[in-house]
Parts: sequence; structure tokens; C-alpha cells
Amino acid sequence: MALEFRDILLRQDDFTLTADLTVPAGRHAVIGASGSGKSTLLALVAGFLAPTQGRLLWEGQDITAMPPGKRPVSILFQHNNLFPHLSVKQNIGMGLRPDLRLNRAQQARVAQVLDQVGLSCLGARRPDALSGGQQSRVALARVLLRARPLLLLDEPFAALGPALKAEMLALLAQIAADTTVLMVTHDPADARAFAPDTLLVEGGRVHPPRPTGPLLDDPPPGLRAYLG
Amino acid sequence: MAAGLPLSIGHAIAGALAALILGTLAAVAWVAGGLSGLTEWDLRAVWFTLWQAALSATLSAALAVPVARALARRRFRGRGLLVTLLGAPFILPVIVAVLGLIAIFGRNGALNGALEAVGLPAIGIYGWQGVILAHVFFNLPLSVRLILQGWQAIPAERFRLAASLDFAPRDIARHLERPMLRGVLPGVWLAVFLVCLTSFTVALALGGGPRATTVELAIYQAFRFDFDLGRAAALGLVQIAICVGAALLAARIAIPAGFGAGLDAVGGPPAPGGWRRLADAAVIAAAAAFLLAPLISVTLAGLPRLTTLPPEVWQATRRSVLMAVTSALLASGAALALALTIARGGARWVEGAGMLPLIASPLVLGTGLFILLRGTVTPQQMALPVTALINAAMALPFALRALIPAARTLQDDYGRLAASLDLRGWARLRLLVLPRLARPLGFGAGLAAALAMGDLGVITLFAGDNPTLPLMLYQLMNGYRMADAAACALLLMAISLALFWAFDRGGRHGA
Repeated sequence: MALEFRDILLRQDDFTLTADLTVPAGRHAVIGASGSGKSTLLALVAGFLAPTQGRLLWEGQDITAMPPGKRPVSILFQHNNLFPHLSVKQNIGMGLRPDLRLNRAQQARVAQVLDQVGLSCLGARRPDALSGGQQSRVALARVLLRARPLLLLDEPFAALGPALKAEMLALLAQIAADTTVLMVTHDPADARAFAPDTLLVEGGRVHPPRPTGPLLDDPPPGLRAYLG
Repeated sequence: MAAGLPLSIGHAIAGALAALILGTLAAVAWVAGGLSGLTEWDLRAVWFTLWQAALSATLSAALAVPVARALARRRFRGRGLLVTLLGAPFILPVIVAVLGLIAIFGRNGALNGALEAVGLPAIGIYGWQGVILAHVFFNLPLSVRLILQGWQAIPAERFRLAASLDFAPRDIARHLERPMLRGVLPGVWLAVFLVCLTSFTVALALGGGPRATTVELAIYQAFRFDFDLGRAAALGLVQIAICVGAALLAARIAIPAGFGAGLDAVGGPPAPGGWRRLADAAVIAAAAAFLLAPLISVTLAGLPRLTTLPPEVWQATRRSVLMAVTSALLASGAALALALTIARGGARWVEGAGMLPLIASPLVLGTGLFILLRGTVTPQQMALPVTALINAAMALPFALRALIPAARTLQDDYGRLAASLDLRGWARLRLLVLPRLARPLGFGAGLAAALAMGDLGVITLFAGDNPTLPLMLYQLMNGYRMADAAACALLLMAISLALFWAFDRGGRHGA
């Protein structure tokens, strides 16, 4: 269950991202200064951006040209993870069938995951009638339902308070037990708590994963300046 | 990213639109074969077109300033309604307003009655002064709205600062209001000038003759009365040149958008007392009377005869509603496909194609389509489809102006989420695009429906015995059947406003 970046180069205006590494199964933090290319890395894996050269492989299969919706990937963004005009149930149901023509068994599955994230009585609500924490739970419920083997997190909990964030990370650990996760974070504590390994992104270059603890205990100069 | 269905449709529509506009213009140019066929009479039409547009724009913008200032600094019951009504002339059928203006300012109108009572000579509405009057009637409200937006764009903190520095009204005018007006007025003036350059219906009903014929009206006369297609086409070339020149001018000056933005912001400039209070009240009352009196007069005159209208009026009504709805669906469907393509970062030419109708006038397009289609279908058969098509094309830039920003926001906010969930094609349209864009889509469709419903432009080139409702109204006016005309006008006004309301409302509910 490995994600391989083979000699990848992605050029965007005057910014260049390079990556040549293998990410093994497991949970990984992605750390780097603002503008270093963390979000670009996730957009590349999700399929929103195509590399200028190189190949991306998942379990040995080339997914470089695969459209985003067909990839073995779920992604949570910083904002706009839910469609505001659809109900909680519909938002989750999209994880099963994007056209929402769900049969009875699929509807039962939606109810089940809704229950799993502790929102069983809120299925008919619109997202704007939920708190920030509840909205995150809905997004996680959809991730659970889609059950893709690779999960990308682009700071989806950054706007939550510390207690809620810890709660979400715990829920996430439960949901993503067998999932390979890449989590962009600005908070070293999150990285230590959640991810055994960390990918450092520096000036457009993605470094291979290293154990999180030692990396943060003795950071290279660029990261040290960023962490302060 | 995967190219979905709307992408290819958007490109196809942009191509078809460019072919329609540029093809008809090419046909006009080909038949015209140069400008040598133009007479001195035609040059007068060019001159009149330019100076009446300039004068209409100057009067509208100048008169709008005191009205906008009064509305900006006064709060009173009915203010919101009045500001909403200022948007109405845009969707009001021109011929209805003309009938209302005749009722007030015409030979037997209320104003001349009053003048006669005090022994003053009567004024005439037919001729250049009537054309200017009608243009000010239509464009003063639009100008007031645009300038009012300028006033409300001045941050409330500036006015508080002015108050704390003990500014007199004169100081506020000098330091806050005049700089704002310098920024806003050129755009307002140009917006009115552009609209008046392609004026046809007003000139048809109130103008004419050597001193009050616009180029559009001259095209109609050459086409319809002189059967001189070559001269109509040559005049069409002149009109294209005028429109292109105006479009180049418009590209250098930002024209503010006239609708949408909330006009009920709290705060606003301070409201001085004394004579200024009375003056503001008088200005608002005069503007409201100028705007409402013609419409009220049409309503009162038309109501009693509404139930006894002849059956041909109802046939014309059916025809017009069908054409207006067709035009609305065409315009909003095309605008949606174009906006989605543009929002996805489609080529620049797609947006350019969407704005192409701005350089073509309805009469020029009508002449061009006649040239292209003659021999295959009769003018009678062309009348309704061509009118629906041209009205849809003319409404397209307005619909796009409302849709493109919304489509860009949709793409920025939810494009990646939809892609990651594999939401594509019809499911994407049904579950994401239509719900999110319902408001601007409904607004655009409503605008197109109202414009097509009230159109008395290109239909005059073709129609004979199957008139639309506005043409019927014009025929009744020419036959001096003024009571039936008033009832017909009331019907037309009610349907136009109802169509706009229904589409716009539908969009708001869908959102």
C-alpha cells in the first residue's frame, strides 16, 4: 500500500514542486513553511494538478492521468467540504453515489455512518445549521463511507478550537485505522500526536518521510526558523 | 481536469453566437457594398443619433445627482419601494412608457391642460424633445440607482469623521461627495449614451422626420417603406461603426453594474435640516411623480377596457408570451453554458463571443438575418423565431454579467470537492450547478423574458398579420383607438413585470 512519486516535477507560473520518494502505508504529517508547496503536493495527489513530468503510482499502478473522482483518494479541504444547499444526509450520500440515487441498502449505510459520528438525529439539516465541529463530523462520515485507501487532509480542522481539534483527530484515528493518511499541519503537536512519520516540504522540494519525533526534536535550519 | 458535458456545449454555443452575430454583420456589409448609397437625409440621422444620445445622457446624469443625494441622506416610509421601482424602467416595455408620456405630456395630456388653464402656450411631445423626454424617463432612474450606489460606497466612517470635524454640508460636498461623483459620473453618462445610440422604439413612436430620426429608425424606413435593402444595409454599417466606436469608448471607462447590490445600507451621509430638507423632499416627490404619473395614467385609462379587448389582442398576447418564454430559456441556457465554460478557465474568445451582441443592434441583426434567410422562408415566417432569437442574443450580455461571477465562485468553492467526489455531467448540473446558480439564472431569464415581451424593434421589420402584443399596441395607437391602446398597454406592462417577477422569484426559491 505505497504511494510512489517517480521523478515528479510540477511547474506552476514561477513555482516548481519536485518529488521523488515513496510514502509507505501509515499516517504521515506534511510540514513546511507557508508557500513551500504543501497544498500543491496534496492537489497533485488528488488529481487537481497534473505534473509537468514524472509519474505517480499507487500500489504499483500508474494514476498520473486518472481523473480526481476515480482515484483511490478522499480529500478534506480547509473550507467548503460540504455543499451548503444539500442536507447532511445528501452530503454524506454523495460518498456512495454522486447522483444521489441511493437504494435502500445504501440509505441504511448513510444512517449507519451518521450514527457512527454521533449525528444520527441531524441528517435532515443543512450544514449552516450545524456547529463547526458537527460540520467536520459530517465530512468525516463521508470519508468513512467512501472508504478510499488514501486520505488527504489539507488542514480541515484548523478553524476548530484545541479541544474540538483533539476530538476530531481521535475520531479520525478511529475511522482511518487502515488508511494511508497525508495530513498538512502547522501545529507540531498535531504531528507528534497523530503521525508517526513526517514529510518535510522545503522550497518546493518534498523530502522522504522521517520519524516525526526526531525530526521535530532536531529540525533542519529552515524548519527550525519556521517553527520558531 | 476532466472536460464535462457543459464544457463542449459552452464552446459550441460561443461558436454559434459568434457565427450568428459576425455572419449577419458580414451579410449586411456585403449587401451594403460601401456607403455611397447614403443621402444627406441619412447623414442627418447619424448626427441626430449622436447628439440626442449625448443630450439624453447629460440630462439624465445631471438630474440624477440631486435625486440620488436626497435618497442617500433621507429615510422615509416607502423609500425602499421607491428605490426598487427605480429598477423597473429597465424591464418596462418602451411603447407602454411612450403611451404614458403621451398621456401626461401630449397635446391632450395633463400638463398641457394645466398650461392652458393658466394661459400658457401648449408644448408638443412629437419631435426631438419627445425623444429626449422619453430617454430621460427611462435612464434617469437607472442613473439615480448607479449614483446612489456611489453615495453608499462612501464608508460611514468618513461621514463620522466629517461630523467630528464639524464639516458643513458644503465641506462634505467638496471633500467627500464631489470626488465620488467625479469617479462615478463618467460611467453613468456613458451607460446612458450607449443605450440611447440604438434607440428605435422611442424614435419610431415620438420622433421621425428630418429632425428626429435615429439610424435605427432610418434602417427600418429604408427596409420597410422604401424597400431599399442596399441602403438599409449601408445604414446598418453606419450603426455597426457607431456601436463599435462606443464599445471601444466603454472599454476605457468602467461602467458600473446597475443591479444586484443592496441599496439599503445603514448609515449614509448626514441629513441636514432647514431648506435642504424641503429641497430634498421636493426633489424626491418630483422624481417619483415623473416616474409614476405616466404609468398610473396608463393603468387608470386601461383598467375599464381590459375586459372588453378584442380577441386579436388575446391572440397577440399568447404569441408574445410564448416568444418571451422561448427567448428567456434560450438566453439563460446559453448564458449558463457560457458562464460555466468561462469559469473553468475557457479560452478568452468564449467570453468575447458572449459580449458580441453589444456591438450589434437589433435592427442591424434583423436586416442581416433577412438577407441570409430570404428566399428560403417568408418574412412572415421569420418574424417570431427571429425576434425570439435576437432578443435572446441582446439579453445575453446582461445575463452573463450576473452569471459569470457566480459561476466563478462556484468553481472556486466547490469545483475541487465535486471533482474529488466524481460528481460530473447531469448529476453535477442537477445537484450542484442549478441549485447554486438559481438566483442569477432566474434573474437573467426574467430579464430576457421581459425584454422580449416588450420588444418593439426587430418585429416591426417582418410582422404583418400576426403581430406581437407591443406591435398590436402600436397599431392601436396609430389607429387612434386610445382607450383600447391603454388597456393593451396595461396588459403588456403587467405581463412583462409578471414574467420578470416569476423567473426571478423562481430563482430565489430554487436557491
